[in-house]
Amino acid sequence: MQDLGPYLKEHPFLSGMTDSHIDLLVGCASNVKFDIGDFVSREGQPAKQFYFVRHGKLAVELQTHDRGPMMIQTIGEGDVLGWSWLFPPYVWHFDVKTVELTRAIAMDGECLRNKCEEDHELGYEIMKRFSHVMVNRLSATRLQLLDIYGKRK
Amino acid sequence: MANASEILQPEALSNEMLPRLYTVNKLYKDTHDTFTMELVPADGGPSMSFLPGQFNMLYVFGVGEVPISISGDPDRAIPLVHTLREVGSVTSALRTLKAGDTVGVRGPYGTAWPVDQAVGHDLVLLAGGIGLAPLRPVLYSILFRRRKYGKVVLLFGTRSPGDILYKKELQKWRSRFDLDIHITVDRAIRPWRGNVGVVTSLIPRASFDPMHTTAMICGPEIMMRFSIMELTKRGVPEDHIWVSMERNMKCGCGFCGHCQCGPLFVCKDGPVFVYPRIKDLMNKYEI
Ligand SMILES: Cc1cc2nc3c(=O)[nH]c(=O)nc-3n(C[C@H](O)[C@H](O)[C@H](O)COP(=O)(O)OP(=O)(O)OC[C@H]3O[C@@H](n4cnc5c(N)ncnc54)[C@H](O)[C@@H]3O)c2cc1C
Ligand code: FES
Repeated sequence: MQDLGPYLKEHPFLSGMTDSHIDLLVGCASNVKFDIGDFVSREGQPAKQFYFVRHGKLAVELQTHDRGPMMIQTIGEGDVLGWSWLFPPYVWHFDVKTVELTRAIAMDGECLRNKCEEDHELGYEIMKRFSHVMVNRLSATRLQLLDIYGKRK
Repeated sequence: MANASEILQPEALSNEMLPRLYTVNKLYKDTHDTFTMELVPADGGPSMSFLPGQFNMLYVFGVGEVPISISGDPDRAIPLVHTLREVGSVTSALRTLKAGDTVGVRGPYGTAWPVDQAVGHDLVLLAGGIGLAPLRPVLYSILFRRRKYGKVVLLFGTRSPGDILYKKELQKWRSRFDLDIHITVDRAIRPWRGNVGVVTSLIPRASFDPMHTTAMICGPEIMMRFSIMELTKRGVPEDHIWVSMERNMKCGCGFCGHCQCGPLFVCKDGPVFVYPRIKDLMNKYEI
């Protein structure tokens, strides 16, 4: 079986992570590939996995009844996709569809949650990194909501 | 305090305020609410020379006058090019002009982007919406002397795929190996295959050497503030970051005080400022 340790180690999300924690992550990791147009997740479905994107591009979409699917974010190389696996009820909030051929490392959410419960230092590292991603996402969303390129009132 | 030689006498003042007549040579739509105007001097004389980042006051007779950056190539004075977004009375009136119509032009005014100072550096140009227009002369200028610079990165954010300015030109530039162009939109629908997200999200991924980078930013002020935060997070020194400020203007050349921002007149001391000079004044309401 392919050792995913080196790939995990070089992913920006995990930069600075200790070797022993990377070894723990490897136990929950698998290599995946998605073709253009594949759905990686569907709103409301169980969020069993999340992904470290190594290459490619994915669109996070929200279905609207009148305008069809709206793209609200794209995710690419070096990004992490999905945090719904972290919090109950562990279901995806959005559709995610590949825009380009995408290679990623899929992480089994339940497996990692269990490891985080057993090793709180690992849990803290993972939480710190996800919080950072969420804070960035929150301020980006605020900017998008402001519609800064729209006409001034 | 201004010294005696800087204080303009009434005659000089009236010259400064006197527009020169230009004829509309071409006017074309860029997107649903933006258009580009190419002007030539009505008297057939030479056009003005300008530096990237400078602006003109464009006057529609009987309607009013607005400050608009020059968006053309500094090495080609004719035609004189401006790109505008239609937002109100004057910009709408400019939109309705036809080839052969006349406008009044005063300028060029204001400070320029630090194109010479940045020689030897990597360049990161960050544009938001119509903010790409004042940065386009920088691109022309750099491409003319491409070897003098390190990496050149353009990060452009706009509202939707339909709002992308200069589409054809961007496409052409994208095919160059010595220019790294990333575009993102705030929202999109299929079949858009580019990036969706705010322009600041492009900064962590862009390839440049922060310590030896000059960044030039033009766009809505909020976008500029967040971009500065991301750039400094990546290690770009504050005094390598330049921004173009926008304030309401009347004279455009330092007489009326309409554009005053703290101790600075945006029309004369700016619009292009090195960030530390304007840091405490960004985010201030207009007077
Ligand atoms: C130095 C400088 C350079 C500029 N360069 C350019 C340029 O290259 N291209 C360009 O299109 N504009 C540029 N602007 C902005 C431009 O001057 C204004 O959009 C213009 O003055 C609006 O005049 P108006 O009579 O059409 O609108 P007004 O009648 O004055 O305003 C009508 C409505 O539009 C809103 N509005 C006004 N200005 C803007 C704006 N900039 N963005 C969004 N909403 C606005 C007002 O709040 C109001 O609700 C520049 C401004 C400065 C100070
Ligand atoms: S617009 Fe008159 S001083 Fe600046």
